[in-house]
Amino acid sequence: MIHFNKFTLGNGLRVIVHEDHTTPMAVLNVLYDVGARDEDPARTGFAHLFEHLMFGGSVNIPDYDEPLQMAGGENNAFTTNDLTNYYIQLPAENIETAFWLESDRMLSLAFDEKSLDVQRKVVSEEFKEHYINKPYGDVWHKMRELAYSTHPYRWMTIGKELSHIETASLEDVKAFFFKYYRPVNAILVVGGKVTTAQVKALAEKWFGDIPSGEKYQRQIPQEPAQTAAHKLEVKANVPLDALYKCYHIYKREDPRYYAADLISDILGGGSSSRLHQVLVKEKKLFSNIECYHFGSLDAGLLAIEGKLVKGVKMKDAEKAIQEELSKLQQTVIPERELQKVKNRVESLLAFEDMSLLNRANNLAFYELMGDAALMNTEFTHYEVVTTADIHREANIIFDEKNSNTIYYYADNQI
Amino acid sequence: MNRKIAPAIKDAVEFDVTLKPYEKFTLDNGIPVYVVKSDEQDTLQLEFIFPAGSWYEQESQVAAATNFLIKNGSTKHNALEINESIEYFGAYLNRNSYHENATYTLHCLTRHTEDLLPLLQEVIQDPAFTADELATYQQNMKQRLAVNLQKCDFVANRYIDKYLFGEFHPYGRVSTMMAYDALQPESLRAFYQKHYSYNNCKIFVAGHLPENMIALLNKYFGSTQWNGESTLLRPELPIQTADEKKHRIFNDENGVQGAVRVARHFPNRYHPDFPKMMVLNTILGGYFGSRLMSNIREEKGYTYGIHSQLYNFRQTSALNIQTEAGRDVCEATIEEIYKELQNLQNEPVPEEELSLVRNYMIGSILGDLDGAFQVIQRWKSLILNDLDENYFNNNIRIIKTITAEELQHLAKQYFTPSDFYELVVI
Repeated sequence: MIHFNKFTLGNGLRVIVHEDHTTPMAVLNVLYDVGARDEDPARTGFAHLFEHLMFGGSVNIPDYDEPLQMAGGENNAFTTNDLTNYYIQLPAENIETAFWLESDRMLSLAFDEKSLDVQRKVVSEEFKEHYINKPYGDVWHKMRELAYSTHPYRWMTIGKELSHIETASLEDVKAFFFKYYRPVNAILVVGGKVTTAQVKALAEKWFGDIPSGEKYQRQIPQEPAQTAAHKLEVKANVPLDALYKCYHIYKREDPRYYAADLISDILGGGSSSRLHQVLVKEKKLFSNIECYHFGSLDAGLLAIEGKLVKGVKMKDAEKAIQEELSKLQQTVIPERELQKVKNRVESLLAFEDMSLLNRANNLAFYELMGDAALMNTEFTHYEVVTTADIHREANIIFDEKNSNTIYYYADNQI
Repeated sequence: MNRKIAPAIKDAVEFDVTLKPYEKFTLDNGIPVYVVKSDEQDTLQLEFIFPAGSWYEQESQVAAATNFLIKNGSTKHNALEINESIEYFGAYLNRNSYHENATYTLHCLTRHTEDLLPLLQEVIQDPAFTADELATYQQNMKQRLAVNLQKCDFVANRYIDKYLFGEFHPYGRVSTMMAYDALQPESLRAFYQKHYSYNNCKIFVAGHLPENMIALLNKYFGSTQWNGESTLLRPELPIQTADEKKHRIFNDENGVQGAVRVARHFPNRYHPDFPKMMVLNTILGGYFGSRLMSNIREEKGYTYGIHSQLYNFRQTSALNIQTEAGRDVCEATIEEIYKELQNLQNEPVPEEELSLVRNYMIGSILGDLDGAFQVIQRWKSLILNDLDENYFNNNIRIIKTITAEELQHLAKQYFTPSDFYELVVI
């Protein structure tokens, strides 16, 4: 049970306080309700580039990192297709430094041309390092375009192409900031060795006078149900053939999401999971195979990916996966197997909650979903899933018409 | 309120950083058990450590393969049955092998501990090493290696260690297709027999322990001389460094980035310069505000990130600067790295920067010591290296008190560009 208090400032900023007096540390986490799904299709990668610019100095503070490091603090941030999250961890005595820094960059950035110039280059190198200069690095670009016709999940957080990042202007940056980075679109979580009264006073002092801004009304075209299987063949300079299959699943808030999550564990969670056991260990068709899902807020994808053992034919590998999926569709799984994946989720959640930083991140995430209190009831949604639910959802999800397949062929061999 | 003025802070030197003590128990057969308790959560971490790293292997990859395959089947149950039983309790049993040691680590909810211990006993004390499991391992590791060999950073890490330590030394030896092919069940069994014995085992436990934890450990791990007694010798091994210092390798003609490594030898953690170098290394490339990051990422935009690190190897250490930079700015990156090394030789670190780094390091250690799992991690690294809290306290003292003059002296001694190996892999 994670305890917290919640209040809202006059300007609409939601504040959550999670007191934990067993630690000497404090965490300040700010989540902005904007991610790559909110981008203009002609300017993708912008939410993430913007995250970099948030470290380029704010209106009253020329350097963000230095004063924080001086206060014994560390920070980082991440952008996803759904949201952008910034966090600081520092000794609790110095928590006001975190309020000072975060509130000033919510007030306004410095909008420095030099910072934009450098960060465009840095992000270009990040793009190259992760998606161009790695074997199979382009596959998720291709898969998103294959699976999504309409929804902005068509592109990755890093962006569709380098040119979108390279042409971003300072005007774009300003417009983005004042549209999304306003108190009314943000959630502040403060955790650790702090008191609610102290946080209330500090939040009022530092964030209270920031203009509220206009609530961003998200209007994203949702993905229509897929009506025919999508397939794509790729040939690239990689050592091994690989197979990727993705199926549309549900929105994060949909009750059926939990069954879909457990299905991905049945297939791919741990060494006793079905795909690993049958396809890697018994049939020896794949040298590794994984099953997971994207965990996105709008309807996401359940993915199966594996590298074929040298000499195995693509169609045999695919047929073997299909057989495992058909088993789930035809036969109700044993109660004990369902209990196994539920137990796995239960301990995963318990271990996640051990870190103060994770608790603060998660409180912000669940508040974005509608209510931070959802964090404490999350496991009950898994507990109620039945073997019949798994059976039903496997039949819906693994419908051939709902599938997207990439056959990734090696054009040089080991 | 003036937003231009920073709020007052408490300086790092004022923080009292102490390592929460551990409790030590000894099982009936002599196995030491180190414990750091915390009852706030219902989670437990239980780690078994053996001197079974690559240091001790006679043939390449035997240590890692032995470590991996211990979990894949006992004489009573196959890998699937074992994994299913462990995973049924929502537990994670991870294994790792390093240069010196090899580990088996269980993470579970406290209430499942009693159910899991007999399984763990079977895994650790009775592995089968079947030919079939080994064959699957060999095939899959070779496939993984083939993919990794296409990555410039992976290839660069292999070469730089080879230049520093020589390919016959465990620190410089790398995995090869041939080494995987040569593995035999008998050699794994022999390695297991010699290194995973009760008298070489140390146990580290952290988190919320069941009341009868020590009794349980005694029942499953303390009542017999499992695997017999085995005496290990630990000879120092000769290091063979490369003669040529500058290397350029083309791994992928279409590569858009190069992996840059600039590295030199450094004494091990027992040398008085080691803790001082921890501070100088942080200034150079050990945190986001470091000299290298500020110049090469934040000023020039050559890379997504650049870091320098001090290896924690036992026999001898090294200082390694690493980055992936745009293909056409790799040489410029190396030039800037040397400039930063020389700046630290030529100019004392300004007081403001030194004070910032002190505060950053102490804050970071304070954060790292938050929670029993983290505290036991620190103790483990001390105990396994025959050190105690005096070493930790001395490091803290050095962070708090080292002077700009000492750091400059250290830079003059260790930051001469011609002493460094340099490598670019595209």
